[in-house]
Amino acid sequence: MTPMLTADEMLVRALVDQGIEHIFWHPGGANFPYHRALSNCEEIALVLVRHALGACHMADGYARATGCPGVVMLTSGSGATNSITGIANAYMDSVPIIVICGRDSTGHSVSTQLDETDMIGISRPVVKHSYVLPSAMDIPRIVREAVFVATSGRPGPVVIDVPRSAYESKDKYEYVMPETVSLRGYRPAESGHAGQIKKALDALLQSARPLIYAGGGVIQGKASSELLTFAERLNLPVATSLMGLGAIPGSNRLCLGMLGLHGSCIANNAIAHTDLVLALGTRFDERAINDPETFCPQARVIHVDIDPSSISKTITADLPIVGPVKEVLSILNQLACDKQELQSKRNDRYVSWWEQIEGWWHKLSGDEHDNRTESNSEHIHPQDVVQVLYEETQGEVFITTDVGQHQIFFAQGYKFSSSRRWVTPGGLGTMGFGLPAALGVQFAVPQGTVVCITGESSFLVNLQELSTCAQYDLPIKVFCFNNGTLGMVNQWNQIHGWENGLLGYPESMPDFVQLVEAFGHRALRASTRDELKQAVSLAFSQECKNQTVFVDVRVDPNVRLLPRQESGFSTSDSSSVGH
Amino acid sequence: MKQLLAILFENEVGALARVLGLFAQRNVNIESLSVAPTEDTTMSRLTLLTVSDAQTIEQITKHLNRLVGVVKVVNLVHVEHVERELMLVKVCAEGEERQEIKRTCDIFRGQIVDVTTNTYTVQLVGPTAKLLGFLETIGRAHILEVVRSGTCGITRGARALSVGSKGA
Repeated sequence: MTPMLTADEMLVRALVDQGIEHIFWHPGGANFPYHRALSNCEEIALVLVRHALGACHMADGYARATGCPGVVMLTSGSGATNSITGIANAYMDSVPIIVICGRDSTGHSVSTQLDETDMIGISRPVVKHSYVLPSAMDIPRIVREAVFVATSGRPGPVVIDVPRSAYESKDKYEYVMPETVSLRGYRPAESGHAGQIKKALDALLQSARPLIYAGGGVIQGKASSELLTFAERLNLPVATSLMGLGAIPGSNRLCLGMLGLHGSCIANNAIAHTDLVLALGTRFDERAINDPETFCPQARVIHVDIDPSSISKTITADLPIVGPVKEVLSILNQLACDKQELQSKRNDRYVSWWEQIEGWWHKLSGDEHDNRTESNSEHIHPQDVVQVLYEETQGEVFITTDVGQHQIFFAQGYKFSSSRRWVTPGGLGTMGFGLPAALGVQFAVPQGTVVCITGESSFLVNLQELSTCAQYDLPIKVFCFNNGTLGMVNQWNQIHGWENGLLGYPESMPDFVQLVEAFGHRALRASTRDELKQAVSLAFSQECKNQTVFVDVRVDPNVRLLPRQESGFSTSDSSSVGH
Repeated sequence: MKQLLAILFENEVGALARVLGLFAQRNVNIESLSVAPTEDTTMSRLTLLTVSDAQTIEQITKHLNRLVGVVKVVNLVHVEHVERELMLVKVCAEGEERQEIKRTCDIFRGQIVDVTTNTYTVQLVGPTAKLLGFLETIGRAHILEVVRSGTCGITRGARALSVGSKGA
């Protein structure tokens, strides 16, 4: 028999039926009516956060770590508008989150009641899709569609705006979850064009200096193992974007690291000299390519992406393939299997190309991998932190970051063992992301070790979530690169000769140890390398297994982030690659 | 470069706003816009005239196709098509000029749909160039008010824009 449910029961039931296990929520008048149904629901854990933005970033971290949609419930007005940055962040990085907002009006019109805003209108440019709930009967269909739209194709955020009146009614409706989703305007590609894929393989076999450029789409599309198989079979070097870190294990000999403005010299040199780029699930972001005119000038470009709008947007693709990276790589692997010469792994393909790459490796390794020589030996260098943490964790932990020098030093130096370990706000550059995202990851992976890497300025943006952290006993480890100078901004200031940009800032920094202790967490300070090592080993010790640990790492305020290609750098001009 | 997009999309709240937002976000002005439900009233059809380079319009087209509510997009300038626009013009028509304006209206195959002692309201249908030609002939001094429907476009021949795979 079809169950008869009230609207709030329907919403909760529909979310349960779609496999949702956590909801990050910030309560208010317009979503209060959900609470009854949610508190009666055993399948869903309700996470009460301190800020709507925190809720979105938590859902975002949750989704990145698992691939499952992160769900947020917010109230109307400021509750909804505070989420916009979080939604935009998920949109830029193609993360599936679902934001359910209450709407205070009794109907669908935006009135002048307390807390009333046009959430659908405000969020429109940064959502994949949005819904205003037409009637309670539509709840199951809309929830199902929202999950499908958020997670399929190129994933992205979906907003559902629910009028309060729907929940205040005691009317009961038939709960019918549709068996399929039927959207005539939404049919993401399920496979790539077979002929194009065959051409891609032929082109790779004919080229002398091929290079794979792997983006976040490889991770979102769960194609890491297919990528590794294919790269190993053909002996192809792999460079990644910031979002693509972890697409291939960082310690694998084929991995050249990240390319772009702050990328590795090896990856940038490789892109400058390659004759064929196989770009997988990437949008050729400006920080990765800088000048489209001079990017990989000698190369033909094969671009595989599930989103046609990413293809030929900045770099014209000579061979476009619209489809899921996983499927396309599977077919490539299959085609390669059928070829006699590709039946086993071969390390001797593209020999002279590899010699060239290894040549750069030897030539540049001195300054590429360690630029600590320029730093004052008394201070901790940011790269010390990366090194000590890598030695302690071996690429096996989940890392969330904020935005700034700490983020890029980690991107350069930490070798991720697998995908979905690197949770960073790439597209929007959202300071304040790291802490709530770490909480989200920890909810998703209760047994995993979650490390938040942040800077003193980013940390101050969303530190209220330390209280959420205390409430749910989340044993995350926070390492704050504290140079007291807004490091990245300060570096820009120095480059452009802007003085006094930080007037009064360094003197206004709080005592972070006291601040974090006030939230009830364990906090340490590390001002020397020895203290850093002790703090790291304590943070990951059995003693602190169930504790949130914060380490205020006093890093050298004068460190510049290197390598950094000059502004207007060209990846084709190897003389500008480096310092 | 002139671009004429025909877009089929869901006839529901907010769908049109999503479509139009894509143009504003890319700093592309919409010259004209004509929208109404089709024979299937769950779907609307929009013809949109804009001036933009090929690359920009290709990106916009790809983004239109990304919208969940958009069912089909075709750029009519790439195919044989017919376009028409409807215009209502209120003109000052007094004394001896009344005759001349009536004659001009006939030449352009316009219809006078409203008359007062000193005005005519002329209805004119045709390609946009013809409508502009009429306005020029009448002369700005005589024009009291102009309202245009925006261009409607349809492909020539048997090929039809209907629910099928996205894109042309």
